[in-house]
Amino acid sequence: MKLNRRIFIGTASAVAASLSAPMVLAGSHGKPRVVVIGGGAGGATAARYLAKDSKGEIDVTLIEPTRTYYTCFFSNLYIGGFRDIASIGHSYGALASEYGINVVHDWAVGVDRDAKTVALAGGGSVAYDKLILSPGIDFVDGAVSGWDLSSQNKMPHAYKAGSQTELLRAQVMAMPQGGTYAMVAPPNPFRCPPGPYERVSMVAHLLKETNPTAKIIIADPKAKFSKQGLFQEGWGEHYEGMIDWIGADFGGGDVSVDPDAMTLTIDGEVTNVDVCNVIPAMKAGRIAELAGVTDGNWAPVNAADMSSKADGDIHVLGDACSQGDMPKSGFSANSQAKVCANAVRGALTGSKVFPAKFSNTCWSLIDTNDGVKVGATYEATPEKIAKVDGFISKTGEDAATREATYNESVGWYAGITADMFG
Amino acid sequence: MREFGFILRTVAASSLMLVVTMANAGDVEQGEKVFSKCKGCHQVGSGAVNKVGPHLNGLFGRKAGSIDDFPYSKPFKRAADGGLEWHAENLDVFIENPRVLVSGTRMSFRGLKDLQDRKDLLAYLRTFSDNPADIPEADPTATGTDHAVDPAILAIQGDPEYGEYLSGECTTCHQVTGGDEGIPSITFWPEEDFVTALHAYKNKTRAHPVMQLIAGRLSDEEIAALAAYFRVLEN
Repeated sequence: MKLNRRIFIGTASAVAASLSAPMVLAGSHGKPRVVVIGGGAGGATAARYLAKDSKGEIDVTLIEPTRTYYTCFFSNLYIGGFRDIASIGHSYGALASEYGINVVHDWAVGVDRDAKTVALAGGGSVAYDKLILSPGIDFVDGAVSGWDLSSQNKMPHAYKAGSQTELLRAQVMAMPQGGTYAMVAPPNPFRCPPGPYERVSMVAHLLKETNPTAKIIIADPKAKFSKQGLFQEGWGEHYEGMIDWIGADFGGGDVSVDPDAMTLTIDGEVTNVDVCNVIPAMKAGRIAELAGVTDGNWAPVNAADMSSKADGDIHVLGDACSQGDMPKSGFSANSQAKVCANAVRGALTGSKVFPAKFSNTCWSLIDTNDGVKVGATYEATPEKIAKVDGFISKTGEDAATREATYNESVGWYAGITADMFG
Repeated sequence: MREFGFILRTVAASSLMLVVTMANAGDVEQGEKVFSKCKGCHQVGSGAVNKVGPHLNGLFGRKAGSIDDFPYSKPFKRAADGGLEWHAENLDVFIENPRVLVSGTRMSFRGLKDLQDRKDLLAYLRTFSDNPADIPEADPTATGTDHAVDPAILAIQGDPEYGEYLSGECTTCHQVTGGDEGIPSITFWPEEDFVTALHAYKNKTRAHPVMQLIAGRLSDEEIAALAAYFRVLEN
């Protein structure tokens, strides 16, 4: 077969090492450059592993607008009073100083795929050989009638952790005795499938202490939800009579809100609420759409290396991608990031690329020392990331098992944040 | 043959050398002689108290780590929190090699490799528990199974570079720095302990749903690679 440059790059993964493709890719600008957009569980992990494992051979830039990153995972525990807000905040100091990552605190506002540059809101642009997008989620416009982003201070989503989470907890604390907390739950697929229901558990825990006659209503467009049996068993045990879940079969999907009047209308019935936690339908973080790698709400990727189906030099991680069977979770994003980093480093430096392996576990806290978990392992197939095997906590488990599960989740938090931020 | 099928179902045969014999009870008198190897640390019988190790009265059916006032090691407490309860089958595993079930236990005993010795010892210890052995629904005294990891598997030289890649799946939970809050440290273990523990999860001798899932799809070579990487952690 006659090799020309087009074929050469097109078959890069098969022949890269033997034919020194990295030198071609690096071209005239020295070290190969990877730009990572988004410093969460996907992006921070990918940046750290690329910098760590390439030992200076790859120039890594991480673009993340916030200087302190608050993890969405465990933010519900802050709402419940099990963590303080500082304990879920992380800086990028170690990634810059210990791993040599060029951390840029700015918004990425555009991607020029022909020139292979990323435009920044503060002006200027950054060039890349490989681009990794891990922008998390944004909300679908008009998903909940009466709500848009300008309403988020009256009716917080608290589904990007930080000030929104603090606002929601403050609102719950300020509820009148016997008041009503409402949640508008999102349709599938969305970030952290057990998240809304863990949140309800944590709000109930807080209210049980401060406001035991308060009520919780969940309007849900879904007919069932993650760990439903475990949550409903726990709600009955710990918060009897407090929580009313209205699923799709009972009109939970027919919802509108009025942020000024503080009303929630479910299936035509208007309810006055004191707190309204609106979690709208989600889509990939906007930069994925701007880069032109989305199809519908999400960015399709190849399972083997998390590369975009629209552009082989762009990889998409975590919540923003559509990959198959993995849930949108911080654990999943972290797992995908390591597969991606290994593949990107191989493509750029000729290092050995090992087969993809993925796993996920989601822990949820229902009440003090009552932790549950669900998890699975996954593999890459030509079509998607496919589930291999899984497990879930059982209803009726003894207290010691639930406490051990909670303690394990605390250990996992320490582990994954060390894995992300160094 | 029913016992036969039960044993095969409960101990997945993946990579273990299984020597399954008919379950027969051990010899109590012989077991008392074997117990002399344990006496340095454990007492059993009337008036037995905790020494270096906890007393062994009422051992069958007892929750692991449940003797008040005994200072169990952290790994042992963790195993106990995970629901470990002593019965003939897992006692047989534990006596054969304590590290299969509890990595890092302070019980510094290399293990009884001889199957008959274990049966006899368990028959002897069984006499100090409630529910005599001849009641059908009570604990049997021995299961007649060897649980040792095949020496050929222990001899595999792992590739640390592959281990480093695979370790990404571990470090989401286990900290490379060795922190062990809530989740145990897995750094700087002797390779044999690491391989033994992962195979115990893989064949479900050792309980923990996450670890059974993760270890369940690791090949012998991959387990060796991880052991080699975490042994030295040069990166």
